[in-house]
Amino acid sequence: MTRAATQATESDLIQILTPDGQRHSHETYDAYLGDVDDQMLRGFYRDMALTRRFDQEATALQRQGQLCLWVPLRGQEAAQIGSGRATRPNDYIFPTYREHGVALTRDVSFSEMLRLFRGISGGGWDPRENNFHMYTMVLAAQMPHAAGYAMALNMEQHGWDEERRAAEGNAVVAYFGDGSSTEGETHESMVFASSFEAPVVYFCQNNQWAISVPFEVQSKVPLVKRAAGYGMPGIRVDGNDVLAVLAVTRWALEHARSGKGPVLIEAVTYRLGAHTTADDPTKYRMSEEEKQWALKDPLIRLETYLRDNNLVDDAFFEQLAEDADAMAAKVREDAMAFPVPPLAKSFEQVYAEAHPLIKEELAWHLEYEAGFADAAEGEQ
Amino acid sequence: MTTTMTLAKAINTGLDKILESNDKSLLMGEDIGRLGGVYRITDGLIDKYGSHRVIDSPLGEAGIVGTAVGMALRGFSPLVEIQFDGFVFPAFSQITTQLAKMHARSEGRLTAPVVIRIPYGGGIGSIEHHSESPEALFAHTAGLRIITPSNAHDAYWMIQQAADCQDPVIFFEPKRRYWLKGEVDTENPALDAFKAQVVRPGTDATIVAYGPLVPIALAAADAALEDGRSIEVIDLRSISPIDFDTITESVLKTGRLIVTHEAPTFGGIGGEIAARITERAFLSLEAPVLRVGGFHMPYPVSKVESQYLPDIDKLLEALDRSFAY
Repeated sequence: MTRAATQATESDLIQILTPDGQRHSHETYDAYLGDVDDQMLRGFYRDMALTRRFDQEATALQRQGQLCLWVPLRGQEAAQIGSGRATRPNDYIFPTYREHGVALTRDVSFSEMLRLFRGISGGGWDPRENNFHMYTMVLAAQMPHAAGYAMALNMEQHGWDEERRAAEGNAVVAYFGDGSSTEGETHESMVFASSFEAPVVYFCQNNQWAISVPFEVQSKVPLVKRAAGYGMPGIRVDGNDVLAVLAVTRWALEHARSGKGPVLIEAVTYRLGAHTTADDPTKYRMSEEEKQWALKDPLIRLETYLRDNNLVDDAFFEQLAEDADAMAAKVREDAMAFPVPPLAKSFEQVYAEAHPLIKEELAWHLEYEAGFADAAEGEQ
Repeated sequence: MTTTMTLAKAINTGLDKILESNDKSLLMGEDIGRLGGVYRITDGLIDKYGSHRVIDSPLGEAGIVGTAVGMALRGFSPLVEIQFDGFVFPAFSQITTQLAKMHARSEGRLTAPVVIRIPYGGGIGSIEHHSESPEALFAHTAGLRIITPSNAHDAYWMIQQAADCQDPVIFFEPKRRYWLKGEVDTENPALDAFKAQVVRPGTDATIVAYGPLVPIALAAADAALEDGRSIEVIDLRSISPIDFDTITESVLKTGRLIVTHEAPTFGGIGGEIAARITERAFLSLEAPVLRVGGFHMPYPVSKVESQYLPDIDKLLEALDRSFAY
């Protein structure tokens, strides 16, 4: 493999839980895990397992023709749960289209999320309810939104001292991937956020593949090195280690929140499955590589740690599997029951204020559709 | 109260009113702070409102529009400046895929009340990418509103109406008319920003123009009067939506319609107006709807731009063709 620069064995990589489930101490980041007790650890495992089960169910739904598309995340659960659990409810999250695990941490309903993928809605959930923005299909388009949102937070928090900002201040997390790291909007977003010291945590899940194109085509250096160019701290973390991700994201949010500007986190992870359900990874990568990364599976290492330290028993996993299946069944049931909104509804949503062309075209559309109803009545 | 001011000063004064009345409003763009913008449209506003509300942005149009979207999501009302028409394209994706669709994608939950000010059009003897008229490219995208004033009074009010609108608005400023003086009635607002206005009544033919070509259309109407032709001139004002009712009413009366814009004729706003008016007033038309616009070429070099731009003679020639039909 030529991707030595991205391997999770480098000394600069923050890792607390090793792939074989050993927990190491870290002089900087242990301080950010002080409250993590046994119950929280079991909670992180549960979050990741539920996310994986949801992902599995949605993939099945797509294969069965019930979703237009699905974007699997298997392998990236720790990066998402760890970072999501580091946020506060008032922080605002700009996801890409794969952050199903982050959504769980924000209490976004899995069922609601499928409205987008079932072709029912262009968004799916109410972004204001959980401060979790709509998914964005246009790569990196959410990146400047995050910078602007954070600039607005700065305006609201203008004049606050560092202590107040740390206690009450809000921050923004901008999710992106190794592919969208190349987009110009990622660059512009980072320049804006840095120049205006906007409280953004840029959280890159480097899952090594942008559909079929490997990371080394996006960057000759680890992404974290770009942080220096923007004048912000950069942290490279083992993205399959939920504790390390939680700790570094907490550090980054504290930094951003207190008014010191943005932070870039590169979470080194791996997309164990396909890019989307329209993808076929066997065409572009070796199964050996997938096997190597499967050994670093984020769920396995936490399970090992929990079992080795007698923090769980078999009943825990049995109950969790049962709960996950029940959740999946509910999601499936909800997805199949979504009413299809009439196209007339779409007319209303184009503009916030009255619009003559919308009015005219809607009237025509309704009259045209009503013509079929009249014809059907006539036949009876 | 009526005051005489240039179109540029009218926008400046309108922006001042916006910043004064809405503390969530802010301006952002390249060089709009200390310098007051390359056309000085924001001159003096940074001193009055501070650099946190009149923001000199980094140089990146996608970043300017994209961060404005983010600010709007947080409840602010940004008005951003794109320095020149030809420089808007790095922001094209943000405008068309993000800004325009935020309300629809969120099923009406989110609004993005961003105003994008763009100086546009030619006739200023400039180099490439400084004289373009890209309005049709945006008009094709649902979710956007596009307006353009032709005089100081409209400029003063329409920028404020744009700022009040909950939908994203692209505000095209006719840059070669920035120094055109006019009376601004600061107490009585203009029409609804999305309505066209008959600026000269007539009985024999209608010319629809907008932005920089309204004074040209009025001058052509003057010249046509010497030939005994009474021309009605409509200032379109709003490019999206288009006020077809006002145009239809005029054409039902005159029976002849010329549409003019600097943007290329092919695929332009004139084609949309021609099609709609043909549908609405077919039996009243004495001649086909004619268009006087730019040619199908990149905006030409300035030494020959006068041959490219619609002018009085081209409008008179089109009127001749219409009357001879």
